[in-house]
Parts: sequence; structure tokens; C-alpha cells
Amino acid sequence: MINLDSKVPEGNLSEKWTNHKFNMKLVNPANKRKFDVIVVGTGLAGAGAAATLGELGYKVKAFTYHDSSRRAHSIAAQGGINAAKDYQNDGDSVYRLFYDTIKGGDFRSREANTHRLAEVSNNIIDQCVAQGVPFAREYGGTLANRSFGGAQVSRTFYARGETGQQLLLGAYSSLNRQIKLGSVEMYHRREMLDVVVVDGKAKGITVRNLITGEVESHSAQAVVIATGGYSNVFFLSTSAMMSNATAAWRAHKRGAAFANPCYTQIHPTCLPQHGEGQSKLVLMSESLRNDGRIWVPNIVGEKRDVNAIPEEDRDYYLERRYPSFGNLAPRDISSRSAKYACDEGKGVNGGRSVYLDFADAIKRIGEPAVREKYGNLFEMYENITAENPYKVPMQIYPAPHYTMGGLWVDYNLQSTIPGLFVGGEANFSDHGANRLGASALMQGLADGYFVLPYSIGNYFGSEKPEKVDVKGAEFKAAEDSVNASSNKLLSINGKQTVDDIHRKLGDLLIDKVGMSRDEKGLKEVITKISNLREEFWTDVKVVGKSEDINMNLERAGRVADFLELGELMAVDALDRDESCGAHFREEHQTDEGEAIRNDEEYAYVSAWEFEEPGKWKLHKENLEFESVKLATRSYK
Amino acid sequence: MKEQNINLTLKIWRQESAKAKGNFEEFKASVSPHSSILEMFDELNNNLEKEGKDPIVFESDCREGICGTCGLVINGHPHGEKKKTATCQMHMRSFKEGETIYIEPFRAKAFPVLRDLMVDREGLDIIQQAGGYTSFNTGSAPDANAILISKETASLALDAAECIGCGACVAACKNSSAMLFVSAKVSQFALLPQGQPERYERVQNMVIAHDESGFGSCTNTYACEAECPKGISISNIARMNRDYFVSNLKLQNV
Ligand SMILES: Cc1cc2nc3c(=O)[nH]c(=O)nc-3n(C[C@H](O)[C@H](O)[C@H](O)COP(=O)(O)OP(=O)(O)OC[C@H]3O[C@@H](n4cnc5c(N)ncnc54)[C@H](O)[C@@H]3O)c2cc1C
Ligand code: SF4
Ligand code: FES
Repeated sequence: MINLDSKVPEGNLSEKWTNHKFNMKLVNPANKRKFDVIVVGTGLAGAGAAATLGELGYKVKAFTYHDSSRRAHSIAAQGGINAAKDYQNDGDSVYRLFYDTIKGGDFRSREANTHRLAEVSNNIIDQCVAQGVPFAREYGGTLANRSFGGAQVSRTFYARGETGQQLLLGAYSSLNRQIKLGSVEMYHRREMLDVVVVDGKAKGITVRNLITGEVESHSAQAVVIATGGYSNVFFLSTSAMMSNATAAWRAHKRGAAFANPCYTQIHPTCLPQHGEGQSKLVLMSESLRNDGRIWVPNIVGEKRDVNAIPEEDRDYYLERRYPSFGNLAPRDISSRSAKYACDEGKGVNGGRSVYLDFADAIKRIGEPAVREKYGNLFEMYENITAENPYKVPMQIYPAPHYTMGGLWVDYNLQSTIPGLFVGGEANFSDHGANRLGASALMQGLADGYFVLPYSIGNYFGSEKPEKVDVKGAEFKAAEDSVNASSNKLLSINGKQTVDDIHRKLGDLLIDKVGMSRDEKGLKEVITKISNLREEFWTDVKVVGKSEDINMNLERAGRVADFLELGELMAVDALDRDESCGAHFREEHQTDEGEAIRNDEEYAYVSAWEFEEPGKWKLHKENLEFESVKLATRSYK
Repeated sequence: MKEQNINLTLKIWRQESAKAKGNFEEFKASVSPHSSILEMFDELNNNLEKEGKDPIVFESDCREGICGTCGLVINGHPHGEKKKTATCQMHMRSFKEGETIYIEPFRAKAFPVLRDLMVDREGLDIIQQAGGYTSFNTGSAPDANAILISKETASLALDAAECIGCGACVAACKNSSAMLFVSAKVSQFALLPQGQPERYERVQNMVIAHDESGFGSCTNTYACEAECPKGISISNIARMNRDYFVSNLKLQNV
């Protein structure tokens, strides 16, 4: 039975975390070595947590399916990371960062968690600088900032367009130091396929060695899942090719509630699809919206060359509808507006893309200054499209990018399975119904460096450091279930490939559970996804064997989970009969097309308990707002 | 964006395992000029899977040139002929109708082939573990602006820090040396104030780990720089050599 106790500490919002840390149980330094922690994933959240837990003296085992922990998907983040340093003296503060984040999330996140995120944001920047992360600097040698993703203060720290890479390499370096010191044991090329629960507590994991195919069991007194988001459920997204939901999903099937699966973010500035062979979508950093202007031709069927379209025949739709935020309107609004423009037939050449134009910026600050700011992004664009964005406006279109939903966690980032903790994009914790730009990196590192190491210590404070035997019945049962599932997949021998079915799932989801949703579409798509799941289990073809390198089998297992998760996304979207953040229900909008939230009935977190594939039980965590007043999110 | 497909002949390296003998297998492909080379592989593999045959094993993840997972030798060049791009950033429009393309794994003693185009690059991690960090514990850092770093220094350090750890430099080098990779990390820290306390110890430890992991020595042929997808400059190797020299003197004094 699932019990959603958020364990939010008493006291004033700004004192909760400090008090909580003070009240935590401590583990005697001599005892720390006796506690084992498993960390799955070595992105910002996982590498940060593994390194810090190692520094504290725990025995850590870290796992990743990559060949090196440096390759986690965090590496691809471009734009930057937020912190409330107020180095620019423009009125930023912990409270303002907190408020922006909670408002950006359309008042669907837990106040206390979001406030803590803002509180520790400053420590993150200190930590990264000490690691040698080469953030951008001013001439005087202080750190530079930019305003990013709809923020009206400059609080974003960055390293060219490679912030994620530099932050991850920082976390990787701390992790490497612990590996060298022997406190972290690193397991590469292992895919976690199950969580082992003994007497109601998480005590280990089952992994498949991706080189030998061997199924292995590992035990510990606590398990951290930091395995990233599930945007790849859409097949085409900005996520890396291997990103998947399997670790989180298998934990869900062992009893961890899955929260807000329908909150998925579709990023407005991505490259449009080039054709059927497309394998993933490429993000162009949102920072481009600081200087680029978004528009579509005003005339359906516009045939003129883009540079020959006069001003009066262009619709700068964001500037027109949102005069104060303009091109910096939040992601969900920007994305939906692009979709509508293209639905109306005003997309570039009638297709699915809009212009992002730098002509005015070049006029205003000159090409060299534009190059200085965005040089590598422009290069990347030209390399992919063979068009020069200094001369011709870029073309962009929204793409699935981030998932706010994830495993439900309490204030300690503990899931509904005691001993199972979840960090980074894999949890649902801090962003409500919509995430602001540059706050995922912040959250990953906050969870990894500054929250999990404390809350796991607190958990150990009341646990006995007893070793768990991997020969126990629960471990054996998990291994058997992993093997059975591999054997089943390999024996179906149907006609469709894994990718064929994954593409079908993606098409269904982007159409009905994408930028806008409605009751009829959701009901239809639930049936269709459930049928597609049947189709998968009777008609998929997976080649090779399991005792071997077999990427086909790896993908098959991930898509099997996506099929279940995709259905839950639609179920959740149907339950949430309101519009909020990235979840836009056609039924709930003003005459001007603005989202209408329903705080009376829907100010809750949906936490779904797994019963069987296609069947879940809903639990609700009511969101209490003690410090902020719920307001209509307006970016007019 | 509809343009005619390009027809190509592919000679792709197939190899069962590290010990097995490999050979080129020929495939025909018809591919959109807008597709990336890895998207061509996806299509090829999808067809192989449909026929019940083993797909070609190759690695990739971000497909944006930043994670360093991909790495193929295309017509003799690690990451292909185009400068400053990773394999995943290569588009089919750079090939001509009717062309034959040779595709092989990165070859180096320190990178055993695991299957087909997939190699083991663990040696690169071992080098980083030997000293690619500043030693301090989470939570003990001073305020970020307490350390002033000039814009120029930060930018130079970032030039070096951009290395994606792909190993193309090793595959390009006739000696299989990873010195460009090592020097990138050594330089990042040598340039920054945060890296000073362990500067000389770091270069010693990383160079020793490099030599012990089966990478060869650097004889300044500069093949690495030419193939590096991030344009890491060989001036980093010169900087590292100076530091290494100083570190040897310091060791002798101790
Ligand atoms: C293109 C792009 C640009 C972005 N730009 C920004 C930005 O500018 N600012 C910002 O704040 N955010 C940005 N984001 C979002 C941000 O990068 C991610 O949300 C964040 O990095 C996620 O970190 P993570 O540690 O939770 O997970 P990840 O970095 O995704 O790491 C997941 C880890 O888990 C491992 N793993 C997963 N499943 C398993 C399994 N079953 N077994 C073993 N290992 C497993 C993986 O190997 C990997 O190590 C961007 C995202 C994308 C896609
Ligand atoms: S130096 Fe260049 S080629 Fe070598 S690993 Fe780094 S990015 Fe790759
Ligand atoms: S796949 Fe990431 S660099 Fe090529």
C-alpha cells in the first residue's frame, strides 16, 4: 500500500532545510564504511551523488550503461545553469529564484523542495568553480551571467554553448578522484534491469553486463536511481539515443509510485525534422531567443524568398501576443504558438517550421558580437542544414526535450520504496508542470551534491549496516525475471523491428499527448497504445542471443517499458482535466487561447501505483502553498 | 527539403570479437543527402534486423558531437575527412553519387575491438582517474567570485576542456599515443588557478597512467590535431611537455 507522506519539515519555508539538516541522524564515521550505496547513472545527479557519498566515507558502487561515466546525457546541455548569486546586482535572490521556478512550473510543484533547490543553487556554482569548470568571465575576472529562458534577471552561468559538458566533466573529475581513492567502485556497460526489494526495502539491483550478456546481482543498504528522463518515449526527441526509462520503470513495477507522467516539455527551439530516416532531434540552445526574433509568413502559401518577405507580411507572433516577454515567453507557450502557426499553414513553405531571425541583432550589435555569443551554435546549425544563419534565418520547430514527471519522491528524495532514492531528471520533484531553462542542471547537481548525501545519511542513521546476500531468494527471483524477459523477447520472431514499433508509439504520443491534448484524443490513444503493446509482444523481431553484445535486445527491453509508460502518460493527461504548464487541455483555455488552471480540483501531484500493465491506481498528494499565493501565470 | 537519394557502396568492417579475424562486408545503400552517416547505419540495421541478421554493432549516443561515444574511421580518417566534426555530425551530402566508402573501427593497441565497429576505450578513463581533478570535498569550496580569472585565461582553459574523450587522436596516431587527450586535461588545470596546487603531481601521474595503459609515445607528427573533432591544439602538448619537464626536476630535488 502506497503512503504519500511528503515529509516536508515544519517551520518557515526559508528555514526548513537548515532545520532539517540539523535534525538529521548522523552516522558514526567509523560505521560509514560499513554502509554500501548503489548509484545507478552517472549524469550530473548520479556522478555528483556517487562522488560526494564516497567523500563522506560510504562504500559506493556506481553503474552506467555507457562505456565511460563521462558520456551521460547531461553532457549535451548547452545553455547554462541558474543560481541566485545576484552577482549582477539586478535584484535576484533565493526567494526570487524560488518564486520564478514555482511560477514557471504553474504552481504544481512542492514549495519546500523548490525552495531548497534555490537555496543550494549558490553552493553549486562555488563547487563547480573549485573543480576548475571554466565558466564564462567578464574582463575584470568575475563570473559572467546571462538572462535565459524567460528570466528577467541575469542568473545563468555558462561555458560557451557547452555548459552541460563542463559541469559533467567537473562531476566526472570528482567521481574519478573517488574511484582512484577506492571509495567508489565503477561499473561501466551495465544496464540496470530491476530493483531488488527485501522485506519492503530496496536492497540491490539486477544488471545486465552489456558486453558478456551476463545477468549480475549487486546488493547495498540503499539504492539511488539517477537515470535521467523519458523524452525518448516519443521516439524523436532531443535526448541521446540510448536515454530511456527502464530503470525508473522497473522500480515503478516493484512498488515505486510514478508521479505526473503527463508533464513533458516540448522545447521550442529545435531543428525541424529532415525526413523519415531521422533518428533524433537537435536542440538549438534557447539562449538564441535572447537575440533572435521568431516569425512566420503572414500569408498562407507564401512563395517569396525569405529575405524578400517585407516586414508587413511577417507575423512576429510571440512579440505580438506577449509584448512584455516577447521571444522569451516560456517554453510551453512558445512551442504551442509555433504548433498553431504551422497548423494554420503559416509554417515555412507550409511545413512544420518557423523562422528564428538574427538580421536585427546583426544590425544592432554587429556580426562579430553575434558570432562571439553564438558562434558555435551557428556553426552547428550550418553543419547540419548547409545553410548560413548569418545570411538566412534559421528554421526551428518544437521537440520533446525534458520530462518533469518521474518517480515520486518525498522531501528526502526517497521513493515510495524505503531505501530507494531518486535524483535528477528521473524524479518528479522540483519543476511542477513546466521547467524553466537552466534549472535542470541546477537540480541535477543540487540533488547529487547537496541533498542525497545528507538524506541517505539520515536514512542510514536508523538502519543497521548488515550485508545483504546476493544469493537470497529475492535476488534470484529478480535475475530469473530478467532472463525470462530477454528470452521471451528473443523468441517472438515477428515481422516488425523494435524501431518500427517505437516510431509508431512516438507518432501516437506526439499527436495526442504532445503540445495539446483533449479528452477524445486521449481516450482514443489509450486504446491504440494498449493495442500497440499487444502488437509488440506478438510481432516484434529481436535478433541475436542474450549471452552476448546485443543492442537490439537492449532497445527491445527499453521500448517494452516505453509502451507501458506511454499509456500511463495518456491516462494521467486524461485524469488531469485542467490546463497547467506544459499540459494543455484544449477544453480549458480562455478565448485568447491561454491555459486555465483549476486549483480547486487539481492542485495535487498524481502518483500512480502499478497494478498490472495497463492498470494503475491513482494516489494524490495535495499541494499545500504556505508562502506563495497561487496566481494566474501571465506573460502578457 | 526533398532531394534525390544518393546511392553508395559501403565496405564495413565486421569482426565477431577481439580475438576473431575481421573482414570488410559490402552493402549497398540509398540514402537521403540530409541524413547523417549514423542515420544511414540505423536504416541499414533496421533492414538487417528485419531479415533476421545481426545488425552492425557501432556506438553513438548524443549525435551532436559532444558525448564522444561515436567514432568510426571513414575512408581512412577517424571521424571522416571533414575537419572539426565527430562521426555523428557527418552528413551524407558530403558524399558523391556512386561513391564507395570504407568504414572501420578506431584501431589502436589500447583500444581492442569488441565487435564490428565497437572498441574498448577504458584506458582513457584510467588516465583521468590518475589525476584529472582538483582535490577538495563537496561543500568546502570558497565563493565562486573569490577567485578572479581573466576572460582570456578562462577561454583558453575552455578550449582545452572541450575535449570529448573520443580517442580519435589515438586512432590517428601511428604510435597510438593519447598525448593530445592527456595534454588537454593537463592544460585546462595548468592554466587555471584552481589547478596550481597539484599541477606537477598531476602531469606526472597522468603521463605514467598513459604509458601504463598501452598508449604509445608522442613523436610530434601532429596527425592527432588534424583529426580531433574539437580542434584541440597541439600547443597543449607543448605546454604539457614543459610541465612534465619541470615536474621531473622537482621530483629529483625531493
Ligand atoms: C540537448 C539538451 C540540452 C539541454 N540543455 C540544458 C540547459 O542548458 N540547462 C539545463 O538546466 N538543462 C538542460 N537540459 C536538461 C538537462 O541536461 C538534463 O535534465 C540533466 O542533465 C539530466 O541529468 P541527470 O543526471 O538526471 O541524467 P542524465 O545525464 O540523463 O544521466 C543518466 C545516467 O543514467 C544512466 N542510466 C540510465 N538508465 C540506466 C540503466 N537502466 N542502467 C544503468 N545506467 C543507466 C546513463 O548511462 C547516464 O549515466 C538539456 C537537455 C538536453 C536534451
Ligand atoms: S583530444 Fe580530440 S581527438 Fe583526442 S579524445 Fe579529445 S576530442 Fe577526441
Ligand atoms: S554520438 Fe556523441 S559525439 Fe557522436
